Amino acid sequence: MVPLWMFLMVSAGLFSLGVFGVLSRRNAIAILMSVELMLNAANINLVAFWRYLNPDNIAGQVFAAFVFAVAAGEAAVGLALILAIYRNRQTVIVEDVNLMKW
Amino acid sequence: MELTWESLAFLIFSAMTLGGGFAVVTQRNLFHAALFLMLSLFGTAGLFVLLVAPFLAAVQVLVYIGAIAILILFAIMLTRRIMGLETTLNSQWPVALITMVILFVSLLLVLTPLGDNVSGERLNATFTEIDKESEVSDVSFTTVAAIGEAFSTRNGFVLPFEIVSLLLTAALIGAIVVAREDEA
Repeated sequence: MVPLWMFLMVSAGLFSLGVFGVLSRRNAIAILMSVELMLNAANINLVAFWRYLNPDNIAGQVFAAFVFAVAAGEAAVGLALILAIYRNRQTVIVEDVNLMKW
Repeated sequence: MELTWESLAFLIFSAMTLGGGFAVVTQRNLFHAALFLMLSLFGTAGLFVLLVAPFLAAVQVLVYIGAIAILILFAIMLTRRIMGLETTLNSQWPVALITMVILFVSLLLVLTPLGDNVSGERLNATFTEIDKESEVSDVSFTTVAAIGEAFSTRNGFVLPFEIVSLLLTAALIGAIVVAREDEA
């Protein structure tokens, strides 16, 4: 059996990559993809802790399934917003969308 | 170092997950980045299989790769003219890199006491040695039925399940309204 900390390392690395992507990418769609990476890292953690610490309680997997649903909704709304911005301003670069920037 | 099939599979899937994730945040061509996102998600599905969560692995492939990644590909192709950017990263990327390293190290420090002690000796220990120390109780492969029951019994998660369904419906209707062309 692979020890628990290895799964935690993988998910910590994936989450950190997602954070870097969100902070540094210019394209709004790339930022959305990085957010998906972070949600995936959280899911790996949920399932790993369920498997190693409390495999009799199904709540760990149920919660991961809820994360899937929220991620699907987030992707749909986020991409709709990006398409609306693109139609109005002909850009998906987040620095160019500065209408509300003080 | 002796490798079991399971640890070999873990290494392959985690390499897919992390390598794909790295390519997603660094790849200049956004279309390629989305394909690498699919690779990363598939690696995660493999990790779910290793964790004996077959239902989540199937949902990962169907929902994430089959729906979300394809949706992202559509959005990339609809905004195609922007794809050839001279610079992929903004001016604050060094700060982002430092933040990422700090976050990773602090996550390491927080998580390692939770998942066994990672002292120097244990890092060098082979997979089989660790095997004997961390015995995990077997879990049956009938978790799909258990999830179904949890979603549909009163003592389980009926209310959260219905709320999530409502959230998803509202999100999809909202997405249609936001993305629709304005007539008039």
